[in-house]
Amino acid sequence: MKMKTMTIGILLAALILAGAPRAVAGTVTAKGSDTMVILAQKWAEVYMQKSTGTKIQVTGGGSGTGFAALQNQTCDLANASRKIKANEIGSYIKAFGKRPTEYKVAMDGLSVYVSAENTVKELSLDQLDQVFSGRIKNWKELGGTDAPITVYSRENSSGTYEFFKEHVLKGKDFASSAQTMPGTAAVLQAVAKDKNGIGYGGAAYGAGAKHLAVKKDDSTPAIEPTEEAVVGGTYPISRFLFIYLNPALDKGEIAGYLTWIRSDEGQKLVKDVGYFPLPKNLRQ
Amino acid sequence: MGIHRGHKARPLEWVAEKLIFAISLSAILMVFLIFLFVAREAWPIFTGSMNSAAIQPVLQASDTAKLKPEVLQSYLGLTKAGFTAMDRESIQALMEVRQAAMDELPASVRSDKDANLNTVSWKYLIQPHQWTGYDKPEYIWQPISTINKYNIIPLVIGSIKASLVALAFSVPLALGAAIYVSQLARPALKEWLKPAIEMLAGIPSVVVGSFAYIFLATVLQKFLGYESRLNALLAGVALGFAIIPVVFSIAEDALTSVPRAYTQAALALGASKWKAAWQIGLPAAIPGVFAAVVLGFGRAIGETMIVLLASGNASIVSWSVFDSTRTMTATIAAEMAEAVFGGNHYRILFLIGALLFVVTFFSNLAGDLIIHRLKAKMEGKV
Repeated sequence: MKMKTMTIGILLAALILAGAPRAVAGTVTAKGSDTMVILAQKWAEVYMQKSTGTKIQVTGGGSGTGFAALQNQTCDLANASRKIKANEIGSYIKAFGKRPTEYKVAMDGLSVYVSAENTVKELSLDQLDQVFSGRIKNWKELGGTDAPITVYSRENSSGTYEFFKEHVLKGKDFASSAQTMPGTAAVLQAVAKDKNGIGYGGAAYGAGAKHLAVKKDDSTPAIEPTEEAVVGGTYPISRFLFIYLNPALDKGEIAGYLTWIRSDEGQKLVKDVGYFPLPKNLRQ
Repeated sequence: MGIHRGHKARPLEWVAEKLIFAISLSAILMVFLIFLFVAREAWPIFTGSMNSAAIQPVLQASDTAKLKPEVLQSYLGLTKAGFTAMDRESIQALMEVRQAAMDELPASVRSDKDANLNTVSWKYLIQPHQWTGYDKPEYIWQPISTINKYNIIPLVIGSIKASLVALAFSVPLALGAAIYVSQLARPALKEWLKPAIEMLAGIPSVVVGSFAYIFLATVLQKFLGYESRLNALLAGVALGFAIIPVVFSIAEDALTSVPRAYTQAALALGASKWKAAWQIGLPAAIPGVFAAVVLGFGRAIGETMIVLLASGNASIVSWSVFDSTRTMTATIAAEMAEAVFGGNHYRILFLIGALLFVVTFFSNLAGDLIIHRLKAKMEGKV
């Protein structure tokens, strides 16, 4: 009777989303991107030690879940690994009459992983496009051994999926044969165990598999996803991580928290969990 | 006297009885409400009143002041109350966002021949279509895309494929165990064998899924040498573990309910124990065995976590068990969290949910009916 349990779950989730009261006063709640959960928890933990009296709760669920919660006032801060979309702003305006405020809070580079046994070391964006959309099917075509490529991707609910699709596949569909994994760690594990596999995910992850260097096009050098390359903008697949909130709440302790996140102190923690700090000019 | 002592407590008993009745009724009501909820969310797809075309008509935000309120209200998709509650600035902002959403569309979408198609109409949900960039008409599930494609055929095939593999793997095992336990085993052995097998049902499905995904996948691939590490075979075998206790338990009940006189008569006529079980016990219980299989199928097709972890989740149309597969349940579980509330994707997921509900409901109903008929027959009421 899994189906029934699941439907009840969905029903309960819907009820909670629809009817829950505003977050408890004195507690700051942050919800959204799974990519950012560890980072957001780290921020919360350190900030709570530093300034007693502020309680910060962090949950995941996906970037879109965060936007929905922001709109239903079930969270104060929405963590997002992608920019908010126009129709999400639209439904937000319908609820509040204003646009949500956006803060860039960190950077992330997307790595392309292959098995440690794979002889291929670098690929261009165009080659990645062809591999992930299913037009290149054999490692031989990329200078590797004669073996079929197994493509590992993420679920389409992930911000990482959308970012990769937009920036590497230029909006085209992933190959139907691409296997979708329920998390970056799962992609990594699959690639580590499959010598013909290729996958993508945050540069922070990576034990067990090899990160490929990526070329923007054939004439530019291949770049490894290192901190200088990502923050400096030379690594071709990088993105910002965001926090969105209701502009009416951007004061007092919440504003203090956001300022701290974007200070040198907050940005130092970004590196500890494996993402990349904001360039100096974007900090507070 | 005893009767009088009992008499005193009666009003309370009456209350308790009604309370228990109400609680039992609420369970039925709950199931009904859930179905109603799922059906309501999916309803606009059934009636074809959703339009998912990538290009939607746009009114210029600079003309907001000139437009009639009714036009604005329906264009922005607001209720009358919602519209009157909004100030002019919000309306203006909403108009700008709406226009920005269309301006955000890349040129490749604007010129796409499919940009005006309503991809949530039944035609595109179940028939193949040659989308831009594809070489031939195909069944494509790509719900987050420039042109969102919601063909449910790959998912239906995925679910059926995984469930059939699960049955093929688990029915022989479960049935064999049921025959052994009910007909052949010594009573002392039966005493602990039956609960031991039924204990399998207590393993959380996420544990079974993880076991399959991390360990079993590697073992099976090593032995069978197929290409895709996570596939329908692996998912089916893992699902099999989950449905063995279901099939075993019901089949064993059915076999045990065959009157002992049948098999004893066979034994008295000189049949071996094995022959009595195989030729007398099993044929008499065959409707119950069939019911066990049907209920097992219902359980398999509704299972989520195991297939989400072990199947690889690629939405391809293929009947090969060595290919990765994406089931309906895994799709709902993986995508529901991000689907825009009330949007096309959200409604399609509920449509799939409704479909699953119907399939599991009827397989459970069929199973129960068959068992009832069998029981009546065994007790000589028919």
